[in-house]
Amino acid sequence: MAGLATSLGAGAATNSLAQMPDIDTLFLFGSNPTEAHPIVSLYLKKALRKGAKLIVGDPRKTWMAKRADVWLNLKPGSNIAIMNGLAHVILKNGWENRDFIEKRTESFEAFKRQVEKYDLKTVERLTGVKADDIVEAARLYSHADKAMIVYGLGVTEHQTGTENSMSIANLALLCGHIGRPSTGIMALRGQNNVQGASDLGPLPATLPGYQSVSDPAVRAKFEKAWKVPIDPVPGLKSVEMLDRACHGKFKGIFILGEDPAHTDPNVHEVRKALSSLEFLVVQDIFHTETTKYADVILPGASFAEKDGTFTNGERRVQRVRKAIEPIAGMAEWEVICKLANRMGYPMTYEHPSDIMDEIASLTPQYGGISYERLETESLQWPCPTKDHPGTKTMYTDLFSRPGGLAKFMVLDHKGPGEAADREYPYTLITGRIREHYNNGSMTRRAKGIMKLVSEEMIEISPADAEKLNIEDGDYVKVSSRRGKVNVRAKVTRRSQKGNVFMTFHYADALVNLLTSEHKDPITGTPEYKACAVKIEK
Amino acid sequence: MSDNTLKVKINGKQIECSPHETILQVAKRGNVYIPTLCHDDRLEPYGGCRLCLVKVDRIPRPLPACTTPVADNMEILTETDEIRKIRANIIDLLLSNHPNDCMRCEATGSCTLQDLSYEYNVKGARFYGEKWNLPIRDDNPFITFEPNKCILCGRCTRICNEVVMAGTIELTGRGFRALPDTSFGKPRTLKNCEFCGQCVSTCPTGALTDKKGRGKGRSFELKKVRTTCSYCGTGCNFDLNVKEGKVVKVTSAYDAPVNHGNLCIKGRYGYDFIHSFERIKHPLIRKGDRMHTVSWDEALDHVADSFRKLLKKHGPGSVGGFSSSRCTNEENFLLSKFVRTVFRSNNVDNCARV
Repeated sequence: MAGLATSLGAGAATNSLAQMPDIDTLFLFGSNPTEAHPIVSLYLKKALRKGAKLIVGDPRKTWMAKRADVWLNLKPGSNIAIMNGLAHVILKNGWENRDFIEKRTESFEAFKRQVEKYDLKTVERLTGVKADDIVEAARLYSHADKAMIVYGLGVTEHQTGTENSMSIANLALLCGHIGRPSTGIMALRGQNNVQGASDLGPLPATLPGYQSVSDPAVRAKFEKAWKVPIDPVPGLKSVEMLDRACHGKFKGIFILGEDPAHTDPNVHEVRKALSSLEFLVVQDIFHTETTKYADVILPGASFAEKDGTFTNGERRVQRVRKAIEPIAGMAEWEVICKLANRMGYPMTYEHPSDIMDEIASLTPQYGGISYERLETESLQWPCPTKDHPGTKTMYTDLFSRPGGLAKFMVLDHKGPGEAADREYPYTLITGRIREHYNNGSMTRRAKGIMKLVSEEMIEISPADAEKLNIEDGDYVKVSSRRGKVNVRAKVTRRSQKGNVFMTFHYADALVNLLTSEHKDPITGTPEYKACAVKIEK
Repeated sequence: MSDNTLKVKINGKQIECSPHETILQVAKRGNVYIPTLCHDDRLEPYGGCRLCLVKVDRIPRPLPACTTPVADNMEILTETDEIRKIRANIIDLLLSNHPNDCMRCEATGSCTLQDLSYEYNVKGARFYGEKWNLPIRDDNPFITFEPNKCILCGRCTRICNEVVMAGTIELTGRGFRALPDTSFGKPRTLKNCEFCGQCVSTCPTGALTDKKGRGKGRSFELKKVRTTCSYCGTGCNFDLNVKEGKVVKVTSAYDAPVNHGNLCIKGRYGYDFIHSFERIKHPLIRKGDRMHTVSWDEALDHVADSFRKLLKKHGPGSVGGFSSSRCTNEENFLLSKFVRTVFRSNNVDNCARV
């Protein structure tokens, strides 16, 4: 998301899901919506039924890849190379949108010089994608009328994640495919409220609404409202807090509804950090790997037990309504208020709607949003005032960067942090399946779901399976430089030779014992999508 | 409105519309009720059930509202004696091969066929003949199929193929033996079905029902609470169905701006965690190696004391908070505020990057 924020101004999808059926050329990149976002996939399927062309960039042969006009089966971690390669082809053939570049962007010349280096031969070598396919994808995308790039965590969960999303923005800007209905960049968010959690400021460098803590005017506004001085120095990212804890320099953490001891890559280090803390509070609805390290465990309330709002991947703010009383007696917002009161800072909200009113008064994007309006309207931010109808398509005339221009970024291929080698010859990609969700704490408790998919499977290509003498259903030992797990094999053409795939839904085959410690230096997003492993029978 | 605006009159009421709309769409927009069985806004118009027949001025035969596009100055009547008689006949024919099992049917109260029989006062006794006597099919965890209650409207098979493109079920057989079914009548498994339950959400009778919710309450007993799904970032809305303080079922919200009633397996059937026996029900404090159940007051006092001590001893830079993309906007905002106003640092982060 930081990538789109740098290139365009805001870290958010530019369009609305409902515009998807009118797309004429869909570029799906690092996303498997039929499994990870089934309802988004319904919109995309509708576009395909109406005759949209489909380009898929994915190392796995997904449902969409099978039906693609062009499948760019790139090697994991070569996202920037393929994007630069597409830009190279477009520029070489004069397919770019010069008018748009001139009027609405900056730094084009530097970008142009950079992608000149990415000729077809180089890109073919770096990505493993055939030159003809690259040319055809470039032609389809650049010649489209309504072209949308839809991307997922296959783009962001790399050590170059931020740069990967910038490279996507570059391509859209080059063709002027942004700022119109059904034309833009949609990032599909992994969790229900990733957008809202980013928007509302539990971030070390920004206050709610991406307002920088180092900006004195912003601090003044919040200091006036909150009646305390705000520290002008950005705080620590979660990974940094944990790093310091390992060295005894960080003492206490309050964890609200997260399970870093399961979902963070390189869980060994995380567990070491958590056990080094002097005081750890975890609030969650279930016992997790993380609660094992807690000094105090507070029960959480599920979404059915409280009022609130979630903001979805298209910036739509929607109500969560209390259907039953909190099972443990209290919702998280009440707990935070009580703690603050006990520690000498008064928080006196009667209802979450009061909190939303405060959000609206401090966060420009949410300025016009209130529970009252949400009863009758469906609003997408930016919604700055009470009479603003919300924003379906962003950047129709100006980008939200200083000067209103979008910026081309100069990017270089770096590859994955850990490439396959002689000792660990396979690249492990992790992701989701439709039936489960994240650490599985919710879906593993749904009876029927566990009946259908009760255990982890590693997807392996028929060629590799034959080489290793593995049959479908055999148990195999998968190991990386950090750990090993035993898991059943699923031989499938969905995996390409050299790549294997596992989910991260099961605690008993914990894939994050294998994943690497490499992370995006800008956002801290771990590289879940590529690490080197070996497989033994 | 643009030059392309047409005007039609439905039951004497003038409504403006565009040339691509059907009579049914315009009527809906104008709050004129036309009964349907085979229609679902999520599907292409089908024209199968003929319940939506209406009288159009100067056209000798009645026309189906769901497939007929409007024309300028069309005058439409939806409730003439002739039309009502045709509809009553259709319902009678449907009931002639229906078990009329309303007293114990899962769909009672949310069944379009039942509502129409009531509205048109049809008993199903006029046509007499052979009836289906097929076994119930529920050899999977989520979807119960009672073929005897099927009226062959084709909504389930169309949503499966048109919208989901899963190809799980199709109309099989011909004539009296026609039935929506999986290929070779095999049980639904992950090999042939996504278990999204779209077929259940569109079924107008009790033929397809949610297996997990069966026997737990019928629609008029359940409190429906509109909310937003807590799984992925798509933001689907649905209704939590609550009876006696328990969530017993999830049903589609057809007017939801994002998903229009569509849901996936997690949204529709992944709600068991709410009432799982494994939920943490009381605050717990570590004493030595063991966790002890304590009251909220004791736990919160302990948390406040411990953080106060750390802050005093090591300063504001030594403590922090993690927030979660699983929590609401309000909670994320509040935690951000809490760390800044109580801990007095910016050491707050979320898992939005993970």
